[in-house]
Amino acid sequence: MSNIIDKIFANSTKFIAFGILLLVAWIFTVLFEHSLESIEAFGFNFITEDKWAPNLEKFGALPAIYGSVISTFLAMVLAVPLAIGVAIFLSEIAHAKLKAPVGVSIELLAAIPSVIYGMWGLFYFVPIVRDIFGGIGISMLTAGIVLSIMILPFMAAVTRDAMNTTPDILKESAYALGGTKWDVVKDIIIPYAKAGIIGSFILALGRAIGETMAVTFVMGNVHKISTDLTEPATSIPVTLANEFAEADSGLYYSSLFELSLLLLVISFTIISIAKFYFLRRKRIGQ
Amino acid sequence: MATIVDITEEKALKVKDFEFMYAGADAPSVKKLNMPIAKHSITALIGPSGCGKTTLLRSFNRMHDLYPGNKYSGEILFKERNILNPKEDLIKLRIQIGMIFQKPTAFPMSIFDNVAYGLRLQGLKNKTELQGRVEKALQDAAIWNEVKDRLKHDANGLSGGQQQRLCIARAVAVEPEILLFDEPTSALDPISTAGIEELIVELRERVSIIIVTHNMQQAARVSDYTGFMYLGELVELGRTEEIFVTPKERLTEEYITGKFG
Repeated sequence: MSNIIDKIFANSTKFIAFGILLLVAWIFTVLFEHSLESIEAFGFNFITEDKWAPNLEKFGALPAIYGSVISTFLAMVLAVPLAIGVAIFLSEIAHAKLKAPVGVSIELLAAIPSVIYGMWGLFYFVPIVRDIFGGIGISMLTAGIVLSIMILPFMAAVTRDAMNTTPDILKESAYALGGTKWDVVKDIIIPYAKAGIIGSFILALGRAIGETMAVTFVMGNVHKISTDLTEPATSIPVTLANEFAEADSGLYYSSLFELSLLLLVISFTIISIAKFYFLRRKRIGQ
Repeated sequence: MATIVDITEEKALKVKDFEFMYAGADAPSVKKLNMPIAKHSITALIGPSGCGKTTLLRSFNRMHDLYPGNKYSGEILFKERNILNPKEDLIKLRIQIGMIFQKPTAFPMSIFDNVAYGLRLQGLKNKTELQGRVEKALQDAAIWNEVKDRLKHDANGLSGGQQQRLCIARAVAVEPEILLFDEPTSALDPISTAGIEELIVELRERVSIIIVTHNMQQAARVSDYTGFMYLGELVELGRTEEIFVTPKERLTEEYITGKFG
């Protein structure tokens, strides 16, 4: 009897787990199916064309790709050093009484819904960027800053967790040779936790590149490639969030689906690299 | 009062009325302890778990200062100065008093860089001098022949016994005056253990050694002096052969004959 229950249990969990794989395949298929019209119409040019003109039935994804890459890059440049700093402070420098409250509040920050970052960015950061850097404030730069603030808590928390895996005895060994705190952080803790730290950065990067609500508010959705960061721009998710409602032709609709397919492939690749290369379990004995 | 044998040699350390209490504890782990440590000899600290031997050892290089809230009083004299003084330069102190840990602690870097680490911390940059001192340290730790062809390899690829000898080489490279061994063979197999013990005995020529061990045979094999600790106090310090053959304290005798532990 118990044998049969075991079997039922095993098979039902197997079914659910398999269902997740099916779900991923299903999403992929749906996106691909809806993209077909656009893929047939533009082919590879979809990625290299910089004109996005719905009224002319002309759709090129380059400005959105450019916007996604640049805003994410900006966010990473701003957030990485800060995240490392916060993580070092929390794992090595902060007094025990400070560690818990600061650590918890950082985890709480990571739980704030991104739409709130977007609203906060629009009402608070847009005027600041406008006053300091010029332009109208709604811009690539603002998007990069808001994104960096959004991914910072997650990065800092995971980096801290990675640093905390450094065995005390290893740190003590370096102190026992006359190392200062800074020596121990840079020579022992960061090299030891390197894989986990890089993994957390890549996960954050994956989150930034797919982020929609936080940047939709502050980016402007302008399909134009500009090297001036104070100009409004767009990104793949921003385009999607803004334009689905007004997609009035089959080709327009299909082009948006191809954009989302592109985003899915990019995110998938980034997360896979992080998961399978950097965040895999360490070999036993290390 | 503890029975302490007269030490005729010069002293490497003198512990005076030393008392230590961990953060948050309600009783001291080491109580009003007095103990001389002979120079150029090996002193073993034995005693049951929780007797304070490791706590005492870690006080000699102020390791406890890495964690907040620990309290200590009394004096530990090293070269006639009290190293418990809050103004003591801990970086310099830890260069003079090195430490080997319970488990091998190879740093995540190459074999060469591991041994060069302490030297580089002191600002030694000259390549030929670094090379010479790393080679000498590896020879002193009896591991040179095994690693000379793979100095650039990751130190974590070595076996446990080799890693522990690497750690000894790393500690010896900065030419300390005292080396503290905290149960250095507890994670090693018998053959590696024998190798480490042999090495410790050879090192006595140049450094004073204090070794904490839970293994009484090890204390008997390697040390010149043995201190028996119990409940945070030093019960007896004597020449090792006397401690193991004719202990003066009844408690010592009961411990080494296995009546408790």
